[in-house]
Amino acid sequence: MPSIKSGLKKAWTIFLVPIVLFVLWYTLSAGSTSFFFPPLQKILVAFNRTWISSDRWATDIVPSLMRLGAGFLIALVIALMLGVLLGSSKVARDYSEPVLEFFRAIPPTVMIPVLLVISGIGNTSKVAVIAFGCLWPMLLNTIEGVRGVDSLLKDTCSIYRINGVSRLRLLTLRAASPQIVTGMRTGLSIGIILMVISEMFASRDGLGFTVIQFQRTFAIPEMWSGILLLGIIGVALSLLMRGFEMVVLRWYEGARQAG
Amino acid sequence: MNDLNHDLRDQGANDADAMLQINHLHKVYEGSGRTVEAVRDVSFSLRQGEMVCVVGPSGAGKTTLLRCISGLLTPTSGEVILGGKRVVGPPEGMAVVFQEYGRSLFPWMKVRQNVELPLKEKGVPANRRRTLVDDSLEAVGLKDAHGAYPWQLSGGMQQRVAIARAIAYEPKVLLMDEPFASVDAQTRAELEDLVRSLWSRLGVTIVFVTHDIDESVYLGERVVVLSASPTTVMEDVAIDLGDNRDQLTTRIEPRFGELRARIYARIQEAKRAGRPIATE
Repeated sequence: MPSIKSGLKKAWTIFLVPIVLFVLWYTLSAGSTSFFFPPLQKILVAFNRTWISSDRWATDIVPSLMRLGAGFLIALVIALMLGVLLGSSKVARDYSEPVLEFFRAIPPTVMIPVLLVISGIGNTSKVAVIAFGCLWPMLLNTIEGVRGVDSLLKDTCSIYRINGVSRLRLLTLRAASPQIVTGMRTGLSIGIILMVISEMFASRDGLGFTVIQFQRTFAIPEMWSGILLLGIIGVALSLLMRGFEMVVLRWYEGARQAG
Repeated sequence: MNDLNHDLRDQGANDADAMLQINHLHKVYEGSGRTVEAVRDVSFSLRQGEMVCVVGPSGAGKTTLLRCISGLLTPTSGEVILGGKRVVGPPEGMAVVFQEYGRSLFPWMKVRQNVELPLKEKGVPANRRRTLVDDSLEAVGLKDAHGAYPWQLSGGMQQRVAIARAIAYEPKVLLMDEPFASVDAQTRAELEDLVRSLWSRLGVTIVFVTHDIDESVYLGERVVVLSASPTTVMEDVAIDLGDNRDQLTTRIEPRFGELRARIYARIQEAKRAGRPIATE
């Protein structure tokens, strides 16, 4: 059964190093008396108490993820609309490029105090910060992708009178999808960072808020458990993203390999 | 350029029953600071169901001409009339097969979807679509390739898909822009025969642009010989080789040789007269 064998081998490759690190951390920290670096065993107990057998799922994790999702999706919609527009028109691109460069250069985190003043510590400001941060990689990649649509495919669409929305759906967005997905991946990781930071600054719930709260109350194992959870969420989201990629970009991988 | 008394006007450009008419087509590219006259004055026309090859030296503005005919480019002056209607933008009832087969198929769609797409956009009902796609893929010898992606196929097979897509569309006029220039010689001969057989079976009107003189004589009922750029029509040669052509026997007929030599001579003449820096 070579398929099972290769499957096992793959699992081995993926999990070996994490398991080794986990075991090392567990055993090396077992006797730790340091207040700031508690034994992993204590952290795991805190993890269970804080995140699994409690209602923080509903009060902190879900609100955080909702804000991340909302900010990411808003940014994606804007990036696609603006990206198609700017990618299709050289004139529009030439005029908007300096402004885009300027906004991209602004670290999204400095928008937090600004938005805090404008919209308080409600969800709006945090979603806006996340959207602002996610937008640039997605927008710039979409522009590049749309700009790079093969001229012969465009001609083919013109010849067969495929125009308007059909053309956008069947040609432009599909042809640009490799770049769009690259932008989404970068946008997502920026979004996670901004989710945490915005909650640390200006929130009454959420993962970032909770972690900083634990730190301020010297609940160190709980703080570590929050960091662990953020790592796990990050990995889960990136796996989700890869799954999406595998579906949307299957053709792209194949075409690239075929040369 | 629009001189109505131009002598080329007699060459059938005014045919009332013509399927496709090209009248005094003239195209100048206006670039940054310099203008290039690509096509000076080209007129010819095709009857319904005719196959005409357009041949010329490299850099003869063949691609420009074809893009004007297909409505992808707007001529500076002159006009193209398809089925009685002036072409302004890609017209209904026209299909084009490009040279770069690898770039004209949608890599994210399977073969079948590629062929079906224009029909969907045209609003052909589903069951009719199925028949057209099945028939055209079978006609090009790809009835087992429906589920493959284009990039999983060889170059010749990809060009067959492009041809299937074009014929499934049931165009009035099919334009082919050096479609076999980048496939190997054996595949090329097969594809030439495929085009001949599809043409005689479906009765479609075909403009076949090529730089290959043998190919033009083998395929066409007429060969329009173009000059070097800025392009004019040098000669419109009738190919009286009969309808049943065969790679082996037709190509060794004395008449084939005569026609080939005549067109060859005209093209040499065009090259000598043409500007040395002409580019396509």
